[in-house]
Order: sequence, then C-alpha cells, then structure tokens
Amino acid sequence: MSAAEQTAAVPLRRPETTVAGWQRAALLLAGLALAILPAFLLESFQLFQLTMAVIMALAVLGLNIVTGYNGQISLGHGAFFAVGAYVTAILMSHLDWSFWATLPVSAVVCGLVGYGVGFPALRLGGLYLALTTFSLAVAVPQILKHKAIEDWTGGVQGLFLVKPDPPSWAPFDPDQWMYLVAVLVSAACFLLAWNLIRGRIGRALMAIRDHPTAAEAMGMDIATLKTRAFATSAMITGIAGSLSAVAVEFVAPDSFTFALSISLFVGMVVGGVASILGSLFGGLFVLFVPNIAETVSKAAPGVIYGIILIGFLFILPDGFAGLLRRLYARARRGAG
Amino acid sequence: MEGLAHQIIAGIATGGIYAAVALALVMIYQATHHVNFAQGEMATLSTFIALSIIQAGVPYWLAFLATIIVSFVIGVVVERVLMRPVQNAPVLTHVGVFIGLLLIIGNGTGWIFGYTTKAFPSPFSSEQPLLGGLVSAHELGSTAVTLGVLVLVYLFFRHTSLGLAMRAAAYNPRSARLVGVRVGWMLALGWGLAAAIGAVAGMMVAPVVFLDPNMMLGILLYAFAGALLGGIDNPAGAVIGGFAVGVLENLAGAYVVGTELKLTVALAIIIGVLVVKPSGLFGRVVTSRV
Amino acid sequence: MTTSRRALLAATAATLATPRIAPAQQAPGVTANEIRIGSTNALSGPASSYSVISRALTAVFKRQNDQGGIAGRQINFIVYDDGYQPPRTLEQTRRLVEQDRVAFLFNQLGTPTNSAIHRYVNQRKIPHLFLATGADKWANPKEYPWTIGWQPSYRTEAQIYAKHILEQKPDAKIALLYQNDDFGKDYVNGVRDVLGPRFDAMVKLASHEATDPTIDSQIVSLQSTGADALICGIIPRFAAQAIRRVHDIGWRPLMFMTNVSVSGAVVMQPAGPEKGIGLITSDYRKDQSDPAWANDPGMNEWRDFMRRYIPDGELGDNNYTYAYGVASTMLQVLRQCGNDFSRENVMRQATNIKPLDVATLLPGVKVQTQPNNYNVIRQMQLQRWDGRSWVRFGGVIEGANV
Repeated sequence: MSAAEQTAAVPLRRPETTVAGWQRAALLLAGLALAILPAFLLESFQLFQLTMAVIMALAVLGLNIVTGYNGQISLGHGAFFAVGAYVTAILMSHLDWSFWATLPVSAVVCGLVGYGVGFPALRLGGLYLALTTFSLAVAVPQILKHKAIEDWTGGVQGLFLVKPDPPSWAPFDPDQWMYLVAVLVSAACFLLAWNLIRGRIGRALMAIRDHPTAAEAMGMDIATLKTRAFATSAMITGIAGSLSAVAVEFVAPDSFTFALSISLFVGMVVGGVASILGSLFGGLFVLFVPNIAETVSKAAPGVIYGIILIGFLFILPDGFAGLLRRLYARARRGAG
Repeated sequence: MEGLAHQIIAGIATGGIYAAVALALVMIYQATHHVNFAQGEMATLSTFIALSIIQAGVPYWLAFLATIIVSFVIGVVVERVLMRPVQNAPVLTHVGVFIGLLLIIGNGTGWIFGYTTKAFPSPFSSEQPLLGGLVSAHELGSTAVTLGVLVLVYLFFRHTSLGLAMRAAAYNPRSARLVGVRVGWMLALGWGLAAAIGAVAGMMVAPVVFLDPNMMLGILLYAFAGALLGGIDNPAGAVIGGFAVGVLENLAGAYVVGTELKLTVALAIIIGVLVVKPSGLFGRVVTSRV
Repeated sequence: MTTSRRALLAATAATLATPRIAPAQQAPGVTANEIRIGSTNALSGPASSYSVISRALTAVFKRQNDQGGIAGRQINFIVYDDGYQPPRTLEQTRRLVEQDRVAFLFNQLGTPTNSAIHRYVNQRKIPHLFLATGADKWANPKEYPWTIGWQPSYRTEAQIYAKHILEQKPDAKIALLYQNDDFGKDYVNGVRDVLGPRFDAMVKLASHEATDPTIDSQIVSLQSTGADALICGIIPRFAAQAIRRVHDIGWRPLMFMTNVSVSGAVVMQPAGPEKGIGLITSDYRKDQSDPAWANDPGMNEWRDFMRRYIPDGELGDNNYTYAYGVASTMLQVLRQCGNDFSRENVMRQATNIKPLDVATLLPGVKVQTQPNNYNVIRQMQLQRWDGRSWVRFGGVIEGANV
C-alpha cells in the first residue's frame, strides 16, 4: 500500500532544495557508510547499545509519521512495537521461520492493527485519541498474557528466540551482523518515510494536521489519508519491534509496558516533532540519557532523567530538529 | 442477583476514587486546556506531605487544610517555573514536560518518603461496616467530600468572575488578554487549584488503597477515562463518568470476560461510546471555524 | 561451508572471550586489591520499591570493606538501573560483563528481567548468583549450571498451602486471588501441582493487575462462589486491602497470604491487626516487627548494621532483612573461595554451601547448596497471625515436592 503511495508520489515531487539528484545520492551513500562504520570500530557491548538505539529511532520514526506529520497524538505506539516483536517471536520460535521471512508478516499484521486503530481515531481528536492510544498501550500486555493465547505467546514467561546468523561468506560476529541488519532495515524504512513525506502524501498529511477543514474543502480524502497514516506508522514501529525481538532474543509482556510508549513519545519530542533526522536523535536520547542520569544519581535516576528532559525542552522546545533547522537557515543566510 | 448488587456497590465505591481524581483533571483542563499526566503523582506527593504533617501530631482537619494550601503553592510554582518557559512551544512539548514532571515527582516521592505501603488515617470512622461491609464509612464520607468539591468547582466556574476569567484565559488567551485578564496568573491559579483538588483526592483515596509512591499510577488512567466519558469540560459529567467507569469495570470483570481483561473491555466500551459521542456523555459539542 | 563458518564463529567467540585489554591475572574482575561484582535492580519505574535491596547490599559490602574486605581485596559492587524492563536488563548486564568486566553477577531483580539474560550468562559461563526472584526455574543445574536462585520458590509455597488445606478440609472449595504476572501465576501453578485433576472443580480463580486501584470486585466475586479457603498471591498494598475487605464483608475463609506480603509493619498494621487474626503464611525470614525477635542475637546484628550503615532506612521494610540474608550468603561464598576468585571456583563454592545459619532467617531454616541441588533455601514454617505477631506452628517443612 505504501509502496503504491510512494510510486504515485514520485512523479509529482518537485525539487525541494537546490541539492541535485546525484548530490543527494552521494549524501545518502555517505550517510549509510557512516552508519555502518561503528560495526568495525566499537566493542560488542557498545555495538549492542547502538543497535538498540537504531531500533528505538526506527520506532520513533513510526510515531513521528502519525503524530508529528499528521497531528494524531499517539501515546500507545509501544503496542505496535509489541505486536511486531511478538509476530516475529512466535513465527521464529514456534514455526522455525527465518527472521527475514517474519519481517513482511510483522509489517502486514502491524499495518492492519494500525489501520484498525485509525478508524476510531477519525472521530476522536486530541485528548480522546490520547486516551484511545494510551489504552491500547495498557491493554496489549494484558492481552498478550491472556490464557486463550498463552500457548502461542508463552504467557507471562515470554518467548525465547535467537539472532539471525551472519551469512557464511561474511566475516562478522553475531553482534556486528545484528547491527548491520538493524541499520539496513532501518535505512530502508527511513528512505521510504522520507520519500513519503517529501511527496504529495506528506504535504497532504501536514495539511490535514494544520488545517483539517481547509484540507477537506480542497478535496482531500481525510479519512483514507488518516487511517493510512496510522497503518504506515504502525508498520514501521512494528518492524522496529521485530528487530528488537531478535536483538534481545527474548520477548515478554513486561518488555512492552506503557513505559515503552512514553519513551517513544519522549524520543519524538526531543528529536523534534515532524522530523525524520530528529527521530534518529530521539532514539539515541531515550537509550543513552537514562544511563547518563544513572551515573549522576543511583538513588533517584528517574529524577535526574526528568530534569534532563525538561531542561532539554527548555533550551530546545522544538527539539533537536529545531536546532538543526535554525542552524541550516543561518548557514543559508550566511551563504546568500 | 445479590452478587450483582454487590459488584455494583463495590464499583460505585471504587468509582468514587476515579471521580475525585477526574475532578482534578477537569480543573486543570478548564484552566489550561491541557491534561496534566503528572496530576496523579502530584496528588501522591501531597498525600505524603499530609501524612508527614499528621504524624507530626497535627489534628486531621488542620493537616488537611495545610496540605491543600501547600499543594496549591506547589501547583503555582510548577506552572511558574516549569510551564512558563515552554508556554509558546508546541503542545507536544508540553506533554514532554508533563512526562518529565511525572518522572521527577514519581521517583522523587519514593526517594524522599520511602517505598513501603503505609496506612493513611480517615476522618470518617465507624466500627459498624455498612452495606454488608462493602462500603466503609470512609468511602461514604469521601464521596460526600468529592461531591462537595464538585459543587465548589461548579460555583467557582459559573458564578465568580475569577472563574469566568480563568475559563476565558484557557479558551482564548489572546482575546482574554485584550479584555484585561492576566492570562499568565490565571494559568498558574488553575495549576494551583488542580493541585489542591488532587491533594483532596489523594487524601480521600489513600485510606482505601493504602499509600505508596505508585498509588496513583493506575488510578490516573481510570480517572482520565472517566473524565472523558463524562465530558472533560463538565465537572458533574466527569464525576458521573468516574462512577460509571468503576461500575462498568466491575461488571465486565465479573460477568463478561473475567478479571484478566476487565480493564481492556472497560476501555473498549468507553472508546466505543466516545466514537458515538466524541465530546463525552455530558460534554459540549464544539464546532470549529476555518 | 558450515565447518569454516563454525571455525570462524569459534574464533570470534574466542576473541570475545579474551578481553582486548588483558588484565594482569587470569580471573576476570579480580585484581590484587579488588573484586568487582555486578547487579541490576529497578532503581526507577514502578518496581523501584525494590531498589532498597541494592542499597542494603551495597551497605553490607561497605561494612565488609571497612573490616578489611575479602582475602585482602575490597568489594566493588556495581549496580545499574534496568527499570524492570527486560531489554534494559540485557543491556546493563552486557555493560557489566563486557565493559566493567565484573567477576560475576549477584542478586539481579525480577523474573522476566533475569529470563532475558538467562541464556547469555550461561553461554558466557558467568556466575549468576542468588537472584532476587522466587520463580522455580532458577534451580536447573543441568541446563543452566551458572544460574542459581536463593529464596524458596513461590510455587513451593503454594504447594504447602494447598497441602495444608487438604489436611484441614479435604472437601474445601478454594478461592485463589493472584496478581496477573509471573509471581502470581506461580501460586496458581503450585496449587495445581497438588490438586492435579481436581483443580478445576475445587478452585475458583480471580486475578488483578498491578495497576488496579482496588481488588474489591475480585473479593466479592470469590466470596460469592461459596469458597471456604482463600490463597492470596498478591503484593503488600493489595494484601492489606484484601485482609481488611475480607474481614469487613464477614467472610471467614481459611486464609493464606504469600510470604512476600506478611510484614507486621507494612501489611498487618495498615490492614488492622485484629482483622488479620487467623491468617496463615509460610515464611523463612524473621519478621522484624515481631516482638518475639526483640532480643534475638541475629536480629540485633541486623539492627546494629541498619543503625550504622543505613540510619535513614525504614526499619519496617522487610527488603532490608531479605538483603541482609542474601548478602550474608554471598560473603560466605567469597570466604569459601580462599584466594581463587575465578568464575569456576566462585560457582563451585556457590553450589557447595554446607548448611548455614543466617542472622535474619528463622531458626531451623538453613542456607545450603549442592552441585545437583540449586534450591538454596528449602525450608519454611507455617505461622499464624494472632493479632499481634506471627506464631509458628508445626515443624519446619522441607521442600514440598509432590
């Protein structure tokens, strides 16, 4: 579905900036090379941390599509993350599927769940949608441990699975390979999101966010766009969940409490609402800042984390992406 | 049939808890057009402060009053210090600050007051259990207090010029400023009043559920659901919504799906109702202009 | 193809196993004057009430260091916060093992959290000692020889209750109230172990979530089933609610409470001490608020420790007596190690503890391990609340294997 949107969007896309196509491709390649580099520089523990940060960034990106770009507030994206993780875990541990084979299934399932949530979201805005999505985040762990599906989900005990093996031709250890897998899958999703947002669809999503009535008057099919935004968003966050299931090699209801949804939300806000690059920063923030908070105070790390978070928002109310935008604007003014 | 009656009575008793916290949410919404996700944690902190005052030997009602005043000041200070710097930032940034506040107060309360479960005294006591022990004198008393607060909130917003100014400041800050309302102080006042109502709710809830730093963690979601079900701009609706959530959840757990999914089903029903009536059962329908 | 890949994996595994900065001696995490021990706990988040355990453990090790440490070495106890989230437990454990290069892991909190690292620590052969969880899966020396629990399992405890009910009232109708997580489910499993095929006919279940404000509805439901025995696998706040509510509605079942939630100061006093008369539990610890232990040498040792090292700690919190007991066990293992703190020897000593009395455990309850039996505390004793304190009855019960 999103692939179709993407192809539909391509011919209509106008050159946004002065950067030429080949320059953009070069930038992209350079970015990818930069992302892969740590696999060969860091020790395996740090690589594991970075893997988790990349996964969180991908999940934040998913949230950003529906909340940042489309203005539909979601406090429950941890639910989609959980569904993705469990789809992968169930297929791998019960049916012995390979990790790669589970990814499309996970994406489709999460997309459908997201689509389903998108419908009440059509009628409910703001706080009401916040309640709906927050309820989803609270309900999903309870559903996962329900006795009717316990045989599949492992109930409260969860499920164990194993990381994908590095291919035999590649000289990587499992941690390096896991990192590369996470980076490649995430890069593909980021690219997809970028194309989506840059195109007609992205403009429509933002128009609906900023002026729904006007957007509708201009002939936009709000219902279709909103539900599809939810589906795409859930799909991306679900893929992040799949990656996390194999990176951690374990899923349990306690891994996906509403604290996860809150983390994703924090990642989006500090990264910058409606920013693709900001999502990356958000992922790094929610993974590394709690550890920094902990080195300050073992007695109350939550207090320190809260203070850092609020302090950050004081200095950069529009997040990391806002800072980037300002710097970019200044650089352009300076150049012009 | 007796079982059903018992479930409903127990649901009303629990619903009283949600109703009290829902009122605090309505208060802050009326004053700022936000829902403060740290409201529950602030109420827990207030309750711990009350317990400290009571343990210092102060009589209950004096401590009650002192706690309300202290909580009001805390609310005002939080608004002035934490919300003021981001007042022009996007709404989502505000939610980010609420989350930060939740982390600070939640973790800080445990750090300062300890984590063990504590008994909290009740001003309403009777040796004789009422209605077959399903409802305690405290639960009746606290429901009366909740209704009392409701009446005060209603009168305040409907019949005082301060209440009117506050609603104006929240509804349309720019126009309010033009007619001379000091919007900044109205917001701070709203935070203070919400914190004070939260403190009352905390002191009424604690004797029933026992006091620990996570006391309000679960309650907030129910209260939020109750407030929205009844209508977030209608204090009476929020109270009715709170009671309704309590009863609904018990009935779902006892007769529909079993206790494992009672919250899930209750929330699904509430969301279903909201889809049909998006501004709540008693909320005002707002139309927007292009 | 596969062989070369195996060889490659083995080679990478070998490079992983040998630290890139090779320390002077062979045992990881041990130098001439330091032993590094790692742990994780919920220092933040909803489970942070358990963070006092880490605090107490740190204080016990500090006392040991003040007294000269172990074999001339100071204990460096590193605790990281996992917020009770399994993915973070894995992250923090890997940090401890791969970055801080601790000698071994000790008393990490929680069942789902320890599950997330169970395989990792066993693959790497890192001692994963005396976990702060009562699940019974930690005593599995065949498959997971590097992991060992400490406290008696919840499941065993539930078996004891079920057997006691069958002895007292063979035709009892049993109500079971449990928290809907791994902790509460173990009580369901334990009762099922004893009753077998009769479980469905004899037992009525009601669960609650940790985030539920009250459990009144569940109690009303259970009472209406006509049950005459009630087993509760719930945490202290709900335990206090349950004891009070069951009493107030005039229900008088034979009532059992998990030993997680039987503290005099934290549960019984808040619930109303007279409302809990007749309540039965099965414990292995001394309750510090019980007047019977006011002059007990073991508890005085503990009180002295609290006064000097955690002066602002809440004396009613039984996480402190738990922590003192588990830390004493750890120190015993370290003393047994002599001068060899290699991972192999630490594990060997941890699984060869001769029956040992610990200050905060009930008389007759011993800490002991054998290489083929990883149940560290196997004994418990039934006790009944008399309105003021816990009164032990019957003998010390060893195991409850059905």
